Amino acid sequence: MKISGARIMLECLKNEGVDTVFGYPGGTVINLYDELFNFKEINHIMPRHEQAGTHAADGYARATGRVGVAIATSGPGATNTITGIATAYMDSIPMVIITGQVPTALIGNDAFQEVDIIGITRPCTKHSFLIRNVKDIALIMKKAFYIARSGRPGPVLVDFPKDIQMSQCEFHYPETVEIRGYKPNLSGHPRQVEKAVAMILDSHRPVMYVGGGAVLGDAAESVTQLARILSLPVTTTLMGLGSFPESDKLSLGMLGMHGAYCANMAMSNSDLIIAIGARFDDRVTGKLSTFAPHAKIIHIDVDPTSIKKNVRVDLPIVGDVKDVLIKMIKQADNSNDKLAGFEAALAPWHADITAWKEKHPLDYKRSSTIIKPQFVIQKLRELSDDDAIISTDVGQHQMWTAQFFKFNKPRTLLTSGGLGTMGYGLPAAMGAQAAFPNRQVITICGDGGVQMNIQEMATLVQNRLPVKIVILNNNYLGMVRQWQELFFDKRYSSTCNELPIDYIKLADAYGAKGFLASKPGDVESVIKQGFKEKGPVIMEFKIAREEKVLPMVPAGAALNEMVLNA
Amino acid sequence: MQHTISVIVENDFGVLSRVATLFSGRGFNIESLSVAPTNEDGLSRMTIVTRGDEQILEQINKQLNKLIDVLKVLDFSDGSAVERELALIKVSAEDDARAEVLRIVDIFRAKIIDVTPKSYTIEATGNPIKIDGILELLRPLGLKEVVRTGSVAIGRGAKGWNG
Ligand SMILES: Cc1ncc(C[n+]2csc(CCOP(=O)(O)OP(=O)(O)O)c2C)c(N)n1
Ligand SMILES: [Mg+2]
Repeated sequence: MKISGARIMLECLKNEGVDTVFGYPGGTVINLYDELFNFKEINHIMPRHEQAGTHAADGYARATGRVGVAIATSGPGATNTITGIATAYMDSIPMVIITGQVPTALIGNDAFQEVDIIGITRPCTKHSFLIRNVKDIALIMKKAFYIARSGRPGPVLVDFPKDIQMSQCEFHYPETVEIRGYKPNLSGHPRQVEKAVAMILDSHRPVMYVGGGAVLGDAAESVTQLARILSLPVTTTLMGLGSFPESDKLSLGMLGMHGAYCANMAMSNSDLIIAIGARFDDRVTGKLSTFAPHAKIIHIDVDPTSIKKNVRVDLPIVGDVKDVLIKMIKQADNSNDKLAGFEAALAPWHADITAWKEKHPLDYKRSSTIIKPQFVIQKLRELSDDDAIISTDVGQHQMWTAQFFKFNKPRTLLTSGGLGTMGYGLPAAMGAQAAFPNRQVITICGDGGVQMNIQEMATLVQNRLPVKIVILNNNYLGMVRQWQELFFDKRYSSTCNELPIDYIKLADAYGAKGFLASKPGDVESVIKQGFKEKGPVIMEFKIAREEKVLPMVPAGAALNEMVLNA
Repeated sequence: MQHTISVIVENDFGVLSRVATLFSGRGFNIESLSVAPTNEDGLSRMTIVTRGDEQILEQINKQLNKLIDVLKVLDFSDGSAVERELALIKVSAEDDARAEVLRIVDIFRAKIIDVTPKSYTIEATGNPIKIDGILELLRPLGLKEVVRTGSVAIGRGAKGWNG
């Protein structure tokens, strides 16, 4: 039976196991929406802005590990998705973005609402396709999903002209797909694995440095196992939080610009860094020329381009991190005879680390009169469910969350690490809540960034998505203000948001509930009230306005040159 | 250091811009680029001459390999290839200069492919150093227009790129 291209697209999504899509209608996807009208297998959520829809698909993907799907119309709908696509690209999030396009005959004519979205997004997609024949839809979609989720994941854009949506053909979904130019190398080389374990057993000051790749590769369990077998201290990047329980005594917490003192000191003094799904980003290494001067580096990553991009590497292992780690664990088990001796030899190293931990723990000055943001984060951890999903926006509140929430499980922190996209938090939480209607989903935002996608309150209310929105209100673009305080003589150029907003009324206007805490004594009760609500909630905390995120490695300084209290 | 890389790609819409975007986006430079279909169905071959140190070359290789439409990257930096370039050269040639041009053409085993009373158009092939050489000698006579294809390269020996 022949069916329309639009219908074929939906059948493809169904075949890929997609249960939820985030999309916004318009002229060039009207045929697709017409089919969606009666297509019960897919839950369609309409955001109030295509950027938010794309972030929601991203949040859905990060929380579930599945491919997130977003739909937008051509022209402005498509361009509105770009920030969402770039955000996903920088953090390697599997997504398929379907954009409407003007009819093929009009492409290139500057038709109404025509943009070359494939051209515009080329630098921030893993791959893209323009569908030019209704017969190609199924194979293209099969490829799109395969590319998005395999190897180093990433967003794939599919441009879908209107006339192709209206054409008809038979539908067969291919069972397998073969792309001759794309064969991600997933299996770690056994010889390299052997060498890696030998290098670890030869080391005296080893550190595991774990990034987002471990979360994306579902390798948290293996990371934990390897660390525990070999008593290796573990530090994670922002993106790696949750891949190793921060409650474990081997945990050093997060490293980098706002990382823990002990983590940065451990890296700086290490003689062997075992990098796992991490990419030596400048926010992590500090000044490159002084980065980990004594360390040999083992780098495990599924993406060969990540290896030796920023730092020299002594032992590269290309492969799926979970596969490599499982092999390493086996190898370590085989070296059982050496383990006891190795562990004993690490004692001085563990003693150094304990001393660093005690010397400068992550901490802040308590106050009984003003709300400290770190205190709110600690209370949120204490009062939230164990498996609560936290998303953040970008700024100081993001770093306080990373420092103080203490993540123990993978895929419980959704945050824009690579691109640092303000406006990400609320829609990402929306996506996660759509995936897990029964889990607690909390977004922690600043007063600046929450405004960037605040319209999604409407989507939350409409779709009964009970996201808990926490606003740490310092009435500043705090992170930028902090830099201005430290490096620009307190000239607060455009970072001081004097206009007070009544968030309780705002929540009310959307049909949600709002709560306000202005003093430390309110914090616990506001959180409890907020969590008790069945629907979406705003919880505003008026925090110490000029609190800084510390410690801090100033841009361009060495990792061990941390500012501890400024 | 200058390097010559051959890239086997799907002969598909957008491949060239993907490769170009990769180079421009990462600040790699392209000294020359030539593209044309190969004998295999659906495949094209690009020859790219680029410049950079060891580490940059490694990144270029890996980044090219990462593109979905790239089947194979052949790195000829070790001199394992024969390289050729073709140039079309229009040079002023009047009076005594006409004989001089012909002598140079003869030495370089080039060909005259168009003649007017005031000019010759020459076709020269060879490795890029040879092309530089003939241009050097012709320059004083008055180069009016030069078109170079950029290098193409093929591995030495009996084997093709895929065996
Ligand atoms: C879209 C976007 N624009 C600008 C920035 C630069 N930026 C980074 S943090 C920040 C301040 C954020 O302020 P707020 O949301 O109030 O959070 P706070 O730092 O106060 O916790 C800004 C402007 C950004 N990261 N993203
Ligand atoms: Mg703020």
